Amino acid sequence: MKKIYPNAAAALDGLLFDGMLIAAGGFGLCGIPELLIDGIKQAGTRDLTIASNNAGVDGFGLGVLLATRQVKKMISSYVGENAEFMRQYLSGELELEFNPQGTLAERLRAGGAGIPGFYTKTGVGTIIAEGKDVKTFDGQDYILERGIVSDLAIVKAWKADPSGNLVFRKTARNFNPPAATSGKICIAEVEEIVPLGALDPDTIHLPGIYVHRIIQGDHEKRIEQRTTRKREV
Amino acid sequence: MWDRNQMAERAAQELQDGWYVNLGIGIPTLVANYIPKGVEVTLQSENGMLGMGPFPFEGEEDPDLINAGKQTITELPQTAFFDSAQSFAMIRGGKIAMAILGAMEVAENGDLANWMIPGKLVKGMGGAMDLVAGVGRVVVVMDHTAKTGESKVLKSCTLPLTGKAVVNRIITNLGVLDVVKGGLRIVECATGVSEADLRAATEATIVA
Repeated sequence: MKKIYPNAAAALDGLLFDGMLIAAGGFGLCGIPELLIDGIKQAGTRDLTIASNNAGVDGFGLGVLLATRQVKKMISSYVGENAEFMRQYLSGELELEFNPQGTLAERLRAGGAGIPGFYTKTGVGTIIAEGKDVKTFDGQDYILERGIVSDLAIVKAWKADPSGNLVFRKTARNFNPPAATSGKICIAEVEEIVPLGALDPDTIHLPGIYVHRIIQGDHEKRIEQRTTRKREV
Repeated sequence: MWDRNQMAERAAQELQDGWYVNLGIGIPTLVANYIPKGVEVTLQSENGMLGMGPFPFEGEEDPDLINAGKQTITELPQTAFFDSAQSFAMIRGGKIAMAILGAMEVAENGDLANWMIPGKLVKGMGGAMDLVAGVGRVVVVMDHTAKTGESKVLKSCTLPLTGKAVVNRIITNLGVLDVVKGGLRIVECATGVSEADLRAATEATIVA
């Protein structure tokens, strides 16, 4: 069992095919799998459906795959930090399925946990509920949402050990664990691979069972909205 | 009439000691500046954090530490981080006492529209639909009327809904209204605003 690969291209080798469903971790540009996104760009895989909370910005994050027209459809809760995304969407070149953020997170979690669907109050009485089964529990309406099982999950973590145990850092965890579990295969890119035994088993955020391949590399970690306060003199 | 900061200050009076609260983008974010003395609240950021601190000092920004508006922030001694599924589990599970959110329109039955204008650029609902469906109490902070003068406090919303019958209290530049059986009840009028002014600017049914 060897999970460590030298780079994104090697880790993606044999896993990509046109029309596949990829789940990607990240919130905005925080905790996104930059290296694997670039690797998919290099591989040129097309007609991708990507489940990701956001769609990156022009030239960074998933915006890279939009620019190359490799994406057929996005499943997201919030987009539009991205001019190219809007251009393709408004011209009908790109499909978009809006999911409420918590529904998307739970769809990924459920898919990875072998739960094909779940009922939620989120979206009841809105356009999100259109065409979905409604069930009443204890006098309240809930809608059926489906779990997502992705062909491939690409995630970003802070540290990994060689067995694939992952530790995330601060709010860069976000969608990465649910996205990872949704994958038939999951590749994690990390800032540091530490030796076996170096991670305290009590502090592991995602157990290695969910992680099949690991790469280590340098991350740009771009900040989307730099906000600061002045030091009081 | 209240300005943005006065609306935020009034909304901060809704906070109760010990509550976990989610603040939306815009005026609701300003509420954090007016948390009353002696009231301890923990702010949730739905991208995976409880115990949100203020913006960092220049040079101390951390790309791994942002809020739901994607702004750089800081942590506090009581901060906890978690993933998005757990974040929305606590929202959906009713553990968050209150959300303070912005709105485009609100209706007398508590319907809320704040995510989409058909024919215009649609960026998505983010976590708003989950929040209004899941939290204990929903307080909306908004301008009472559009720039053109039309009321945004309506009999029924014209825009696609974020949630159906989800709003408990509405705080506007003109005053405070509660969603009650049969319509809205005036709780208070803003400084310099008469009850007649408030009624005139409201399309929704006002019950005594």
